[in-house]
Amino acid sequence: MANMTRRRTVELPDHPDFLWVADQKPKKSYDVIIIGAGGHGLATAYYLAKNHGITNVAVIEKGWLAGGNMGRNTTIIRSNYLWDESAGIYDHSLKLWENLEEEVGYEMFFSQRGVMTLAHSVSDVRSKQRNFYANHVNAVDSVWLTPEEVKEIAPIVNISEDIRYPVMGATFQPRGGIAKHDWVAWGYAKAAADLGVDIIQNCEVTGFKIVDGKVQGIKTTQGDIAANKVGMVAAGHTSVLANMAGFDVPLQSRPLQALVSELNEQVLDTVIMSGAVHVYVSQAHKGELVMGAGTDSYNSYAQRGGFHVIEHQLAAACELFPIFERAHMLRTWGGIVDIAPDASPIIGLTPVENLFINSGWGTGGFKATPGSGWVMAATIANGEPDALAKPYALDRFISGHLIDEHGAAGVAH
Amino acid sequence: MLHIPCPYCGPRDETEFHYGSEAHVAYPEDSANLTDEEWAKFVFIRSNPKGWMAERWVHSAGCRRWFNVWRNTINHEFGPSYKPFTQQPKSPA
Repeated sequence: MANMTRRRTVELPDHPDFLWVADQKPKKSYDVIIIGAGGHGLATAYYLAKNHGITNVAVIEKGWLAGGNMGRNTTIIRSNYLWDESAGIYDHSLKLWENLEEEVGYEMFFSQRGVMTLAHSVSDVRSKQRNFYANHVNAVDSVWLTPEEVKEIAPIVNISEDIRYPVMGATFQPRGGIAKHDWVAWGYAKAAADLGVDIIQNCEVTGFKIVDGKVQGIKTTQGDIAANKVGMVAAGHTSVLANMAGFDVPLQSRPLQALVSELNEQVLDTVIMSGAVHVYVSQAHKGELVMGAGTDSYNSYAQRGGFHVIEHQLAAACELFPIFERAHMLRTWGGIVDIAPDASPIIGLTPVENLFINSGWGTGGFKATPGSGWVMAATIANGEPDALAKPYALDRFISGHLIDEHGAAGVAH
Repeated sequence: MLHIPCPYCGPRDETEFHYGSEAHVAYPEDSANLTDEEWAKFVFIRSNPKGWMAERWVHSAGCRRWFNVWRNTINHEFGPSYKPFTQQPKSPA
């Protein structure tokens, strides 16, 4: 915690010019097509090229690059989940984050400022401590903080005992932090494009060509494209794609909202989350407070949610951080997240041969971007689940081997 | 905020309701003889359409009764709502 000195507001470099071919048209065929040019799709394409030498790859995007949840999240990175399977994939991802900017040669503003999760009741303390010990068993860095230690790291937190949800302790993952989501997408896109990957925007998938249970290619608004293998990395639209390919997935698509304030002086140099009062907040490099709410309760593809969800979230934030009461919120937005019954991702094979799935990242996919791409690329390249991805196969809903991360995924996106 | 048409009380604010997900998911007949695949389908698979969806809501802060309603997941437009065990109106699509 010695490095927890106040950061001053930093200037961002100019926006990049041309990192990939903006109006790329699809070729007739590819070895691999990835559906979805969000973070996970771009990372998958990059690792296919980098780790497996498969460069005849297209990433197909119905809108624009990183225009979905990759451009709509609160950028929190951590790996302090509960179960062994989660430690495996999320900590692998965090390790990749630690060298990512150097590897792809692109600034991503990855900042390991720590992630703190507050506990507000005796049972909350117990469950967070269970999580803390589980992290230790899995060699995931984790520290238990008293309320005074919380205050030391983040002086703006109200640790009074007299509030509705008093701070009774916290877990802290010093290696956790944030990155600048757009720049992460651009970095992966540039690195993938440099290795020969085609990134095709404004190209919506309208169907699959499947012969004898084996995928042969896709139908799109820019014509048919043949492929030996296809990976679906489409977040909230995974159910729509799976239904086109003739099977069901245990996913529900819900809006998840976030919001930013105007630019403020730096007052918070860590990430703070609280499941009980439903708030998570960090302060971006430029000075905006970045906050996330819970999901709206109903299924939706509308990329917006109810204002009462934001209201509820800000009420909680103002109690925990009284200084926020005067902050002006600048804008809110919603993304459509695909939530699995156990709040864990679904990665691997599908009932259709050579068609692969990477979905169900729900409310917390950003942190997993590198790890998700890594295991998806390996799964596609080898035609069988990568070791870290294996527990996340679709068949866990038949076997019953669920990976219940509702506690650790909860509000902690 | 949604304005949800309760078939008992009329349209009310969303904050008076809780969501009950897809409507008309019946408990499987012959449940003693279901395979694991069939159980997985009943327990975990729910339709997730982009478009019109028949779903359940409960008017928790109102009449406290469950009902079904058509709603479009693209634009949050509501279709007809209807009481349980009554004839399902056609999809507005």
